Amino acid sequence: MTLNTTRRSFLASAAAAGGMLAIGVTPTGALAKAGGNALNPFVTVSSDGTVTAILKHFEKGQGTATGLSTLIAEEMNMGLDAIEFEFAPSNPDVYNNLAFGPFQGTGGSTAIANSYMQYRMAGAAAREMLITAAAQRWNADPADLTLLDGVISGAGKEGMIGEFVAEAATLDVPSEPTLKDPSAFRVIGDASVHRKDQDAKINGTAVYAMDIQLENQMVVVIKRSPRMGGTVASFDAAGAQSVKGFIQALALPNGAGVAIYADKTWAAFQAREAVEVEWDFSAAESRSSEDIKRELFAALDDTSEFDASSEAELSDTLAAIEGAEKVVEETFYFPLLAHAPMEPLGATIEPLADGSVVIHDGAQFPTNDHSVLSSILELPMEKVKVNTILAGGSFGRRATPTADYQVEIALAFAMTDRTRPVKLVWSREDDITAGYYRPAFAHKVRVGLDSDGKIVGWDHRIAGQSIFKGTFFESVIVRDGIDHSSVEGAADTPYAIPGMHFGLTDNKPATTLLWWRSVGHSHTAYVMESMMDIAAKAAGKDAVAFRLEYLAGDTPDQQRKAAVLELAAEKAGWGKAADGRSQGVAVHKSFGSFVAEVAEISRDEDGAIKIEKITAAVDCGLAINPDVIKAQIEGGIGYGIGHAMRNEITLTEGAADQVNFPDYEPLRIHDIAAIETHIIPSAEAPTGIGEPGTPPAGPVLANAIAVDGPRITSLPMINEGVEFV
Amino acid sequence: MTIELKLNGTTHHVDAEPGTPLLWVIRDDLKMTGTKFGCGVAACGACTVHVDGEPVRSCQTYIEDVEGSEITTIEGLSSDAAKAVQTAWAELDVVQCGYCQSGQIMSAVGLLTENKSPSVAEIDDYMNGNACRCATYQRIRAAIQRASELMEA
Repeated sequence: MTLNTTRRSFLASAAAAGGMLAIGVTPTGALAKAGGNALNPFVTVSSDGTVTAILKHFEKGQGTATGLSTLIAEEMNMGLDAIEFEFAPSNPDVYNNLAFGPFQGTGGSTAIANSYMQYRMAGAAAREMLITAAAQRWNADPADLTLLDGVISGAGKEGMIGEFVAEAATLDVPSEPTLKDPSAFRVIGDASVHRKDQDAKINGTAVYAMDIQLENQMVVVIKRSPRMGGTVASFDAAGAQSVKGFIQALALPNGAGVAIYADKTWAAFQAREAVEVEWDFSAAESRSSEDIKRELFAALDDTSEFDASSEAELSDTLAAIEGAEKVVEETFYFPLLAHAPMEPLGATIEPLADGSVVIHDGAQFPTNDHSVLSSILELPMEKVKVNTILAGGSFGRRATPTADYQVEIALAFAMTDRTRPVKLVWSREDDITAGYYRPAFAHKVRVGLDSDGKIVGWDHRIAGQSIFKGTFFESVIVRDGIDHSSVEGAADTPYAIPGMHFGLTDNKPATTLLWWRSVGHSHTAYVMESMMDIAAKAAGKDAVAFRLEYLAGDTPDQQRKAAVLELAAEKAGWGKAADGRSQGVAVHKSFGSFVAEVAEISRDEDGAIKIEKITAAVDCGLAINPDVIKAQIEGGIGYGIGHAMRNEITLTEGAADQVNFPDYEPLRIHDIAAIETHIIPSAEAPTGIGEPGTPPAGPVLANAIAVDGPRITSLPMINEGVEFV
Repeated sequence: MTIELKLNGTTHHVDAEPGTPLLWVIRDDLKMTGTKFGCGVAACGACTVHVDGEPVRSCQTYIEDVEGSEITTIEGLSSDAAKAVQTAWAELDVVQCGYCQSGQIMSAVGLLTENKSPSVAEIDDYMNGNACRCATYQRIRAAIQRASELMEA
């Protein structure tokens, strides 16, 4: 296996020798050549003309490898096919996520949004330096030269870019290179370009963390406490001795489980079955999910712990509802959910001859990998290398503030003599049962309408479990006790609705919790868009027209949200459903982007529902890769709808009841007959796309069902008597 | 015990205990990692391989049961149907994370080998056991239809 680390040292020496032009940024954000302050670049050009985009974000399928490569290709005037890509090493000074602060990581649908100018600037600087080098050699005016498809030409001469790399590498980096005018874009916005990462995924050569096969490696699996907070009291590995390939079983020093080592994966799984553990549950969670549900509902009827409204007073809202002509009220429940990325979690630590280590990981938070290994293995940061590789999905799961699986592999490796690579493997059962769930939430909303069917008051109470409290992101997300992720998508809605008030009550987590594709929007959008539908019906108004009444203002958010709603309605033939079919609509802003969806459903003779079509309209600013945007909307809708239809994690005495796909049934190919996505043309800066398709997906289905069926206010839908074909 | 395994046209001698799933022999003994581990209980299809031309879930196929059979993994695909499927997958940019796609492709090739022009209902029925958490399903459906066209051309 070729390691990025080998490539890295090549990069450094090649840059030093002038055989490579490498452009990155200094820790203060200024463009710089590699070899100086910016040893780690965003783009490199080698003397053979190869241009490589160095990706500061990992690729979990969301299309970052294509997107960041596109930005380099555009500014260097090359075809996307001509750009190579590789994942950046861990270095938060250079590769920090500008939306996260000094932290290298991917999440919150920020990859393109925060990298857009950085990668364009790096590509533009490389272009200008290559052209300047050619101009100097040819004694020409740089303004007379162009770089196109790897060739510099003008002033009667032409040459390949590789010929100018050595000279370009001696030039100063322009501090403000000229970016291409959007009217000249060739790659950005081209719907016909193909994904950069697809060939290896089609022919089976793509390497994920699960696929790391190093000479002499051990496989380690962990037997974990079934209940959060349980610790190992004692264990007996005698039964594992007869498993061929079993090496040893050791309790993790943090008490969280027993590490079982074997030569191969199957032996490790078998040995784990044979290891018996006595757990100490004295500090463990004992509540069931039914207990949590009761606590959440009780909180909704009580005075909210936090006032999450910036404008309206609760007393004013209550008075407005008191005086309303009509009041509608609903209570909603959202269960715990697992992420269940297709590739179960895992990572490998490889010891190198010089005492340093490499972690091979589909690293969503490389800074966490880096600091966790440094701390647990007691190695200086420069002795820890993070080799980011492809990740088989995440939906948030590979980004834990606690670095859960990186801590496991580091502890497991630390207990060995550190001579053999150690590969941590999670099974699907580990993935479904080991916590880090989307928290359970409950909402209660009362909406008052006047005699014209206008909303006069909106009393919205939310109870749930905070994701961010106690994490290192707390200072960014939590204000005055309010975890913004618990109310995002509701308390900050672009709808201009008078008399809105939001209250929030935190519930003590019964299990470990984590952001899950679209975070708070995964429940707030369902409530907002269900209530808008309920209120429209109570007002006797069309669901689209009713929403547009509250998007008639002149703020960009209202205008953009109205535009996607109108486009989706037009493309879906809103109001013109065929006989026997029902339509529902939902629209939501999340991660800076606006998505409207229209669902069209039918019912078979037994009343089972078939999702015939979802029509989506999206405004995510400038569309870098239109086809990737469509793919993310398709996937985001599937993820949202599949879970709304039939998924939940329930707890019995603090332990998950579901263990694998048969009881956490994924969306299947027959579940949605068609998805059609329309992109609003925009010159605004690009915003998120990995998550925004998900929030409207649950409520759009609920709203379609409610036209001729029940109003589903508790998920999953199959628990409420809804059947799907 | 030593087992003789015919995989992608090559005969391998593997030392494995009876009851060992074919999946883990392919991945950990033969170090061919295109065949993926997704669930271990034949519920997701990521581990799909062909045994004597038929798609099977290798996580629930025991090694002693396939001795003497011809096994094909994603690395050994070469049929006309396989070429059409892989070409169509690239044309339509089907993959996202990609982890399930070896299994999807192995199933799609199985389908088109026995039915060169499947209907949408036949595609949905045949592919129902292959889960994709990225929900690339409609592109999978379209790519199978495209592959069918390519095979007829």
